[in-house]
Amino acid sequence: MLNRTIAPPIKDAVEFTLSLKPYTKYTLDNGVQVYAIDAGGQEVLQLEMIFYAGNSYETANTVAAATNQLLKNGTSTKNAFEINEAFEYYGAYCNRSCSHETASVSLHTLSRHLPSLLPVIKEMITDSVFPENELKIYKQNSKQKLSVNLKKCDFVANRLIDAYLYGEQHPYGKYSVAADYDALTTDQLKQHFNQYYVNGNCVIFVAGKLPEDLFEQLNTQFGSLQLKAHNKREDIANSLAAATEKKYRIQNDLKGVQGAIRMATHFPNRHHPDFTKMMVLNTVLGGYFGSRLMSNIREDKGYTYGIHSFVQNHLQDSALVISTEAGKDVCEAAVIEIYKEMKRLREELIDDEELLLVRNYLIGIILGDLDGPFHIISRWKNIILNGLDGNYFYNSIDTIKNIPAEELKQLANTYFAEDKFYELVVI
Amino acid sequence: MINFERFTLANGLKVLVHEDRNTPMAVVNVIYDVGARDESPEKTGFAHLFEHLMFGGSVNVPVYDEPLQLAGGENNAFTTNDMTNYYCQLPVENIETAFWLESDRMLSLAFGDKSLDVQRKVVCEEFKEHYINKPYGDVSHKLRELAYTTHPYRWMTIGKELKHVEDASLQDVKDFFFKHYTPGNAILVVAGNIDAATVKELAEKWFGPIPGGEKYIRRIPAEPKQTAPRTMEVKANVPLDALYKAWHMSSRLDERYYATELITEILSGGGSSRLFQALVKEKKLFSNIECHHFGSFDEGLLMIEGKLVKGVQMKDAEAAVLEEVNKLTKEGISEKELQKVKNKTESMLAFEDMSLMNRATNIAIYELLGDAELMNQELERYQQVTAAQIQEECGRIFNENNSNTLYYYSNN
Repeated sequence: MLNRTIAPPIKDAVEFTLSLKPYTKYTLDNGVQVYAIDAGGQEVLQLEMIFYAGNSYETANTVAAATNQLLKNGTSTKNAFEINEAFEYYGAYCNRSCSHETASVSLHTLSRHLPSLLPVIKEMITDSVFPENELKIYKQNSKQKLSVNLKKCDFVANRLIDAYLYGEQHPYGKYSVAADYDALTTDQLKQHFNQYYVNGNCVIFVAGKLPEDLFEQLNTQFGSLQLKAHNKREDIANSLAAATEKKYRIQNDLKGVQGAIRMATHFPNRHHPDFTKMMVLNTVLGGYFGSRLMSNIREDKGYTYGIHSFVQNHLQDSALVISTEAGKDVCEAAVIEIYKEMKRLREELIDDEELLLVRNYLIGIILGDLDGPFHIISRWKNIILNGLDGNYFYNSIDTIKNIPAEELKQLANTYFAEDKFYELVVI
Repeated sequence: MINFERFTLANGLKVLVHEDRNTPMAVVNVIYDVGARDESPEKTGFAHLFEHLMFGGSVNVPVYDEPLQLAGGENNAFTTNDMTNYYCQLPVENIETAFWLESDRMLSLAFGDKSLDVQRKVVCEEFKEHYINKPYGDVSHKLRELAYTTHPYRWMTIGKELKHVEDASLQDVKDFFFKHYTPGNAILVVAGNIDAATVKELAEKWFGPIPGGEKYIRRIPAEPKQTAPRTMEVKANVPLDALYKAWHMSSRLDERYYATELITEILSGGGSSRLFQALVKEKKLFSNIECHHFGSFDEGLLMIEGKLVKGVQMKDAEAAVLEEVNKLTKEGISEKELQKVKNKTESMLAFEDMSLMNRATNIAIYELLGDAELMNQELERYQQVTAAQIQEECGRIFNENNSNTLYYYSNN
């Protein structure tokens, strides 16, 4: 008779050996580096061109994002419709995204269509013309979208917490208001484009089932452009101007039934020895479904649908953030519980059972996350853009498997001190 | 081609195995043939609330999540109007943990008061987060009530109102479990680095002893054919006017479904699609516009929705939308445009199959629809759609008497 009260034996995930599939690296004629992962069962690939063209480099608010978005809205030979159709005819997706240091152009396509699509990307990154009419539509629609977002407590809270942490002039802390969109000019965009795309620093990541002549294709299209390799981690001098006041309560919507809670503290970037160690401590606090915060605030009290803590993925200054939307009447109670959970981690050792569970969970997640070319390249991208190497991955695994509970308690005392936290509730 | 093997246990549980030797992981996916359409109008939101309770401990295992996490796994679930799906992924060496956990909660739940009490609150917060505390959050609720008079698609998966969730009793929970959560009402899919013989052994061991239970026979009232246009006006504290139009469309297994899917792509599948180009870029009437459909098993809705540029009149915006759909109905599409949307579909299907989890879930959904093999025929079905079929389907869908319109006005 099967005894269902006894769990089947498991292999502790900490006994697994994890390896990160190495990339193949090519250098184009102009020095631009290409990192490639050839794997996967489907005939598809993704290509991402990263430019150092993010909002850290812009001369006025929201110029970097607007330039990035409008790369698809007109070249000297194609209008926006024709560019979109050039991709969509082949069932391909060309997306843009703009972050703080970097901005990217990405392509997802069936591998066989790559030769038809690379020339279009080349045109976008060398010959975009930023038509006046396209900018006008972009401004109007961005302002409309912003007006809707400003009604959402989570959107408002995300902007404000970053502004408190870094200051409104810092690339990580600034945000757009309607007047910023109004002030945009095509000249600003052209200037940003010329300096940071046409003559910019670039690195390319590609993954999936790769064509044999991938390198030739890329070198033909991009190897003779005026792009430069990006060799070292950019240290842009940004002065942190963190707010002195730590506690905020904001009424954004008089009829709001929930509050967006954000609690955050400064935290070092990936080069600091505490970074990977904190991955473990953060998981215990609020990094997975069984975390202390979820168990207490969702699964015991029912104050929220979800609560999470995470470290922001920034290249330079960073922060640890706790984030949740909770019932309006229980927001203050939730804040108290969050502090209680931090206190427990400062004062009590995590017991062996919970710590083993978190180690196993994290290793299992990483194992699953190394499955498939897109996941693998995304890990490498993170490592490379942060100016790290493969050792970072193996050191992280080692930390997850071995960090002792005493050290986690010390870390809690360093980073979970109540007076270091910004505290914000937006209803 | 997604390969799979299939067998059925004596208690009625269908098992499908998809072997993939290139992954260190395994996915265990259990789908139950129950969704919000199986609820009574007085107790809506129950299928979804119940999904939450499935994590509150089962008859022999006090907690579901911890043993799975200890085995290096993670899991989640979702409920739709048609089905409830549970999935977990873990290193294949530890796959028996997933069999143990999934089979015990199919056997019976713990039915604790505390779990029900807490999950009622959690679901109420989920309701608020997604449908109350967001501008335009009540649209889907209103549109369903407008478009359906009879069929249970009239309410959303989360429920018609908070009160239905708040009032759920432990007896309701027990009744629901024994009615719907039987082996004959479920499909188990195992995918990953494992062969069918091993899965069969594990399935017999853990799921085999569960009593078959009674097969639930679905009796859902059919939606009567709509015979006149319906409209509704709303004024709310939102910054922009918005227009929502919904038309009844075919069921998922109808051949016409494939033409309908392509119609949504033609109208709003990207920056070169018709509605975006005409109404956002050229006429500048909308700041965004989208066309999508439910993809539901029973006859669903095709919807067009967009936010109006400030200053634009609702009637002008609506006339422009109708002009576009009428143009498509009258003039049809070129071979090039048809090829474009077919190419897009091919690429979408290929990207979907990248993830082991997607493959497992899709096998389960297609098997629930009648045959997992349908999954491998999808591309061909899309390829076979003709321009004439698209035009014919447009004529059927974009008929004024089949339309439901929600005018959503800003009172700011």
